[in-house]
Amino acid sequence: MSDFRPEPQRRPDWAALVIAVFLALVAGVMLWDSARLADLGGYSGVGPASVPRVVAYCLLGLAGWTALAAFRGDFPEREPQNPSPILWIVAGLAAQLMLLHIAGFSIATGILFAFTARAFGKRNLAMTLPIGIVFAFAVWVIFAKLLMLHLPPGPLEHLFFPGG
Amino acid sequence: MGAFDFLMQGLATAAEPMMLLYALIGVTLGTAVGVLPGIGPALTVALLLPVTYRLDPAGSLIMFAGIYYGGMYGGSTTSILLNTPGESASIITALEGNKMARRGRGGPALATAAIGSFVAGLIATLLLAFLAPSIVQIALKMGPRENFALMVLAFVTVSAALGDSALRGLTSLFLGLALACVGIDQLTGQARLSFGVPELLDGIEVTTMAVAMFAVGEALAIAGTRVQADESVTAVKGSVWMSRKDWARSWKPWLRGTAIGFPIGAMPAGGAEIGTFLSYATEKKLSKHPEEFGNGAIEGVAGPEAANNASAAGTLVPLLTLGLPTSATAAIMLAGFQQFGLQPGPLLFATNPTLVWGLIASLLIANAMLLILNLPLIGLWVKLLTVPKPWLYAGILLFATLGTIGANPSSFELGMLLGFGVLGYVMRLFGYPIAPIVVGLILGPMAEQQLRRALSISQGDWTVLVQSPIAATLLALAALALIVPLILRARGKGQVLTQMAGDED
Repeated sequence: MSDFRPEPQRRPDWAALVIAVFLALVAGVMLWDSARLADLGGYSGVGPASVPRVVAYCLLGLAGWTALAAFRGDFPEREPQNPSPILWIVAGLAAQLMLLHIAGFSIATGILFAFTARAFGKRNLAMTLPIGIVFAFAVWVIFAKLLMLHLPPGPLEHLFFPGG
Repeated sequence: MGAFDFLMQGLATAAEPMMLLYALIGVTLGTAVGVLPGIGPALTVALLLPVTYRLDPAGSLIMFAGIYYGGMYGGSTTSILLNTPGESASIITALEGNKMARRGRGGPALATAAIGSFVAGLIATLLLAFLAPSIVQIALKMGPRENFALMVLAFVTVSAALGDSALRGLTSLFLGLALACVGIDQLTGQARLSFGVPELLDGIEVTTMAVAMFAVGEALAIAGTRVQADESVTAVKGSVWMSRKDWARSWKPWLRGTAIGFPIGAMPAGGAEIGTFLSYATEKKLSKHPEEFGNGAIEGVAGPEAANNASAAGTLVPLLTLGLPTSATAAIMLAGFQQFGLQPGPLLFATNPTLVWGLIASLLIANAMLLILNLPLIGLWVKLLTVPKPWLYAGILLFATLGTIGANPSSFELGMLLGFGVLGYVMRLFGYPIAPIVVGLILGPMAEQQLRRALSISQGDWTVLVQSPIAATLLALAALALIVPLILRARGKGQVLTQMAGDED
C-alpha cells in the first residue's frame, strides 16, 4: 500500500522476543502445573499430565524458533498503530465488566458503546452515552424479557420493571 | 433407504413453517454480516450461540447453516461495490468484480456472483447429500486411532500447510491446544491449569474465545489502523441482468468453480479462500479473453464466487460425517451442535436422521431464498454499507458482550473476553492466523481423548497408531502437509502459500 520500503532490520525484533518469552512462560506454567498432577496413566501409560507436557515442550520449541526469527528479523513489518482508539475500546470493556453488577446491563453496556464509538471517531460522549444507554436498554428488554436471557439488571432496569 | 429418500424426508422437515422461518432469519443475517466488512459468519454464529441456547436445536442449526451460506453470498456484494472483501473468501472477487463495477457493469457482476453462488450451492449441497452416507459407512469403521490421525491431519493443514509462516501457524495452534488443556481432565477428573479458580474448571468457553478473537480482536485491529482504505461505494448503474454473452461466458466458470471448491472445502485444509484462488487461476488460464483479466473479466467473478459457495457446502461434509471442522465457521458450528448435546459424526446419522437430513435439505431451501434476497433486493444490502463505522463497531461490541453475558453473567467471563480480545489483536498485528487457535481449542480435547483411548486399548503400545492402514495414511499425509510447505518456503516459493493464507470463515 505504501510507497516507502523500510530498511531491512539489523537489530533484533524486540516485540518478537517478548512473544518468545511469553510462549516460554506459558510452557513453564504448564510444566509446573502438570508436575503436581497424579499421573494416573493406567493401561495406556498416558495420563492427564502427558498431553499438557507434550504441548508445553512444543511451545518451548516454538519459543526458541520465534526467538531465532526475531534475531534474524524474519517477522513481517507491522503497520503503524494508533494507540488511543485501542485504549478507548479496552477502557470501555473494562468499565463494562466492573460496572455490570453495580450499574446493571444497560448503563455498563452503554458506556462500552459510547467509548467504542469514540474510538472510531464519534467524540462527543454527551451525545453517544445517552444513545448507547437507550440502545442497550432496548436490547436488554428484548433479550432479558422476551428471550429470557439472564442479563444483570441495575437501577435503570428496576425503574422500568420494578418486579423483575 | 437411499440418500434420495432421506433427502425427501429432510425436505419435509425443512419445509415446516418454523424451520422455514429459522432458515429465512439465518440467510438474512448471513447476508447482512457477509455484506458488512469486518464481521464474518464465524463471528455471527458465535454471537448467536448463547442466544439460541433455549431454542429448538434443529431450527438453530438450520439458522447457523443459513448464516454460513448467506455470508458467502453477501461477501461478494461488498467486494464488487466497495473493493473491500466482506469476508475472506471474497478477496478474489474484489479483483475483477470491483473493476467491473467501476466500468458500469456492477449489475452483471452482482448477477453472475449470485447466480453462480446459487448453481454452486445447489450442486454442492446435492453432492453433500449423496456423498455423506458413503463417508458415514467408512467413518463407522474408524476407531480412536483413525480419529486421532484425522485430527492430527486437520491440525497440520489448518496451521502449517497454508499461510505465510509455519512458525506462526503452529504457535497459534499450540496456544489453542494449551488453552484446551484448561479444566477438568475428562478421563481422570483432575483439575488442570485451573489454579484454584472455579470458573476455569469447566474449561475455556469456546464461544467466549471465538467472540473475543473475531469481534473484539478485529475491532481493536481496525481501530488501531492508521491507513484507512478507500471506502467509496460504487453505485450500481444500468441493468442488474446479464446479457446473453454474459451467460455464455459465465456458465462454464460456475461449473468449474464448483468442481474446484467442493473438494477443497471437504478436505481438512481450512477455509473457502483456497478454492477461490485456484478457480481464479484456472479461469485466467482458460479464458478466451485473458487481456480482460485485471480489468473486469466476468469469468473472474463467476468462477471464484461459485468456488467459495461450493466449498462452504464441502466444509459440511467432514463436519457432519466425521465431526471434523475444517474452517473457523465449521468449528463454531461444531460448538453449536455440542451446546445441544449433539455430537456430529457417523452416529448422528443413525440416532438423529431427521435433524441431519432436515439440515441438509434446508440448505437447498436456503440457497433458493438467498438468490431472491441477493438479486431483486440488492439495493437494501447496499444501504447497509453506508452505516457509519462508529455505530457499526459500537453495535458489534455491544452484541459481542451480550452473548458472553447471556451465557455466563460474570465479570470473570468478561475479563476473559477482554484478555482474549487483546490476544487476538496482538496476533493480528504480528501476522498470526486466528483459525488454528480456535480449531486447537475445539479439537484439542477430542484429539487427546481419542489418543488416550487408542493407547488404553493397545495397553500403551505407541506403534498401534500406525498399524492401521487408514491411520498410517492420514498421519503420513499430515507429515507431508507439514514438511512440503516448509521446503517450499525455504526455497523461496512461499508466495503461493502466502496468497492462500486462510484467516477466518
